[in-house]
Amino acid sequence: MVMGELVQETEVLVIGGGPGGYSAAFRAADLGLDVTLVDPGDRPGGACLFRGCIPSKTFLYLSELIHDASRAKSMGITFEKPKIDLDQLRTWKEKVIDNLSAGLMTLSDRRDIQMVKGRAEFETSSSVRIHDSDVRHIKFRHAILSTGSYPTPFPGIDLKKGGRVMNSTGALELADIPQSLLILGGGYVGLELGSVYAALGSRVHLVERGDRLLPGVDADLVKPLFKRLEDIFESIELNTTISALKEDESRVTVEYEGEKKKTQQVFDRVLIAIGRKPKVEGLGLENTKLKMDSHGFVAVDEQQRTGDERIFAVGDVVGGVMLAHKALREGKVAAEVIAGEPSAFDVRAIPAVVYTDPQIAWCGLTEEQARKQNRSVSVQRFPWKFSGRAMTMDATEGLTKMIVDPGSGRILGIGITGRDTEGLISEGVLAIEMAALAQDVALSIHPHPTLSETEGEAAEIFLGTATHILSKKKS
Amino acid sequence: MSRPFKLPDLGEGIHEGEIIAVIVSVGDQVTEGDPILEVETDKAAVEIPSPFTGTVEAIMVKPGDLVEVGDVLLTFGNGEPVEKDTAEKQSAQVKDEASVPSIDRSKEPVPASPATRRLARELGIDLHQVPPSGPEGLVTVADVRSFVEKGKKPKEVPEPAEQIPKAASAPGIAAPPLPDFTKWGPVEEIPVRSIRRATAKKMALAWSQIPHVTTQDVVDITKLEEFRSKHKGGIEAKGGKLTLTVFALKAAASALKAYPNFNSTLDMAAGRIIIKHYFHLGVAVDTDNGLVVSVIREVDRKSITELAIELNDLVQRTRARKTTLDEMQGSTFTITNIGAAGGGHFSPIINYPEVAILGMGSARLQPVVMKTKEKDQSVVPRLIMPLTLAIDHRALDGADATRFLRLIIDALEDPDELLMTMV
Repeated sequence: MVMGELVQETEVLVIGGGPGGYSAAFRAADLGLDVTLVDPGDRPGGACLFRGCIPSKTFLYLSELIHDASRAKSMGITFEKPKIDLDQLRTWKEKVIDNLSAGLMTLSDRRDIQMVKGRAEFETSSSVRIHDSDVRHIKFRHAILSTGSYPTPFPGIDLKKGGRVMNSTGALELADIPQSLLILGGGYVGLELGSVYAALGSRVHLVERGDRLLPGVDADLVKPLFKRLEDIFESIELNTTISALKEDESRVTVEYEGEKKKTQQVFDRVLIAIGRKPKVEGLGLENTKLKMDSHGFVAVDEQQRTGDERIFAVGDVVGGVMLAHKALREGKVAAEVIAGEPSAFDVRAIPAVVYTDPQIAWCGLTEEQARKQNRSVSVQRFPWKFSGRAMTMDATEGLTKMIVDPGSGRILGIGITGRDTEGLISEGVLAIEMAALAQDVALSIHPHPTLSETEGEAAEIFLGTATHILSKKKS
Repeated sequence: MSRPFKLPDLGEGIHEGEIIAVIVSVGDQVTEGDPILEVETDKAAVEIPSPFTGTVEAIMVKPGDLVEVGDVLLTFGNGEPVEKDTAEKQSAQVKDEASVPSIDRSKEPVPASPATRRLARELGIDLHQVPPSGPEGLVTVADVRSFVEKGKKPKEVPEPAEQIPKAASAPGIAAPPLPDFTKWGPVEEIPVRSIRRATAKKMALAWSQIPHVTTQDVVDITKLEEFRSKHKGGIEAKGGKLTLTVFALKAAASALKAYPNFNSTLDMAAGRIIIKHYFHLGVAVDTDNGLVVSVIREVDRKSITELAIELNDLVQRTRARKTTLDEMQGSTFTITNIGAAGGGHFSPIINYPEVAILGMGSARLQPVVMKTKEKDQSVVPRLIMPLTLAIDHRALDGADATRFLRLIIDALEDPDELLMTMV
């Protein structure tokens, strides 16, 4: 066999092995199609597994643990200040990632998916060139583009490997625990990673360009988190922009604008968390009939088709809600459509979770969106200070909110702040997808004492039947 | 108290029939289940049993009358109360439909669970059209299915009837009124009824909807005929008849398995081809009353012997008009053999909504060039049977048709091949 100009042919070529890619590849293989998956890494998993969701949640669990250990004192159990072993932390994180990626690799092998390590570039609408691989060309019947996204760089700053200015990838490498850390960006990445470093002992300063943290999330849900972050961060500055960053051997010098016009400060490290951009460069997209939208993402329809009839796209690269679970579902849709099924992304409620402490999770219509649409809604709020379970955990700084159509009683949106909201939000998603009425959730028994009860009771507020809170009079 | 008996729904697509016989008379005492009328429909003669026990009060029909589903045929008096009064049910249904308020849901997404939305997608239904039965406008899976069912019944029935004159001519051109033929000589009028009428409707529909492409070939059945002669005695002893059609059934079933697209229906409205994973073959049967297609189910699972027995029985009963409705429906592919009448090649019309049909003609001894080894050629007399395959060119292509026919030819030319490859 000649190593060199190997040309392979495949029915479905998946470009990018993250959640969008591997779910598409697995589904296509399960539907009987011949699948090849190309990724620069050795194993599927993408940014989510190797540089995002998984390592961050691994550390966030430990942050919560550290916090719980310290507050147990008032409840009668005193722990000493924890010893942080960075080597062990990193090893543990690598182990988690390794276990999961090995699992994905097994799933991929068992499905007879061809894994190609390399970088794909479109030559035409039916073939790609693979860089850094023994396989040079692949011809395909259909392709699914799932190259994902990368952290938006700070203008003018090129990140050095091991440098003091880092993005989320560098932050998760956990090179050290900086004494002082500046975080640029008040979105979920900045808040989550800030929480981790604060728990590990850094003095965290956060700067946000806009007038609030987590723009797009209802203010009443952010408030309890803001209060907590004010305690654990050194400073949170809103309406503040950084104009320049200068890195040298031992520190980073930062120049401010905004309220602190042109002042300077030094930090041990700076984390840039100002968003993510779709990975569309260097892919040879101009050699296909694919079209981009006005924000620089790949344009797709409800069946994940692009402007090129052979090429589909899923995940962060198509924009929308840039979350792994959206990609996981879109990947399935693309695979099903290719296999001839009448599948479509007709989802009514995509949930989102911020894994800080307290967590925030929401799905469906937010109050802010309702206001913008001029849509009249009925909002029921159940503060967690009335929740028995929250009280047992001393986690009463929470809120469960249900947004209901006042005429039909249909549930339009749910928002929850508090401990473990990640486990509570799926009930809301199901309710909205099933077009459930507040009545349906209210009449479903929620176990007592649980945090999920707060969802049942919020529904009951709408009906006027709530027990652990007084309902407002139905107008 | 007078209770009317209306002609019940006789099955898919059958909305009318001709009264052949009235078995009861006025004043007769009838028990529930006793046959009271015989009705001839497009497909078969059907006995209608009495729905009640009671006395026949009045008879509204006589032999020769054309009746439609829902027409009152008889009235009964002095009997037991009716279990299901179809009249009441029908009027209640109409009331329900009228009272559903029309909500302007055209802008909002329709409240429906993910499974309901997926079903609607699969069936090509716009959820905004479906009357909801759930609370606050919720459309359920049952709503979608019943919307599809309702959409089928009224549509299937009146439209083909109306379309006969139009479909028979080119689209967009109406057939001009006929002249009065008596001005040229004496004429006789025969009403178009029953099978003739059904055939006219079916052929007009198939011809107008399907772009037919016909591919013709011949098959050398010399070997097969020897095989048939050898075994036909044994089959006759078992009550069957080993005809060429029997072998064709088996060869066709094998070919259909290899080319599943030939065993399908094209649903242009929903934009899909429905491939059937069952193999019920229709056989065109020439009867005194016209051409009907009777169906042998699961041809792929029956042996040649079983098929020979079943086909013989089916054809005899078809000619005697003694088949059940079931035996006249559900075919996925049809074979039409005019060989008995002595025909050659012809262009058969596809049995809508199938996508292909196999025509067989009469086998004749013909001179054939046969190559022996070493490029020697000789002309020998062989038994040659004409074969024709017509396809719906919307769903199938010529190259596949040729290959499909080739599979059948190979199987019929060599009984060994048939044995080795048949399903």
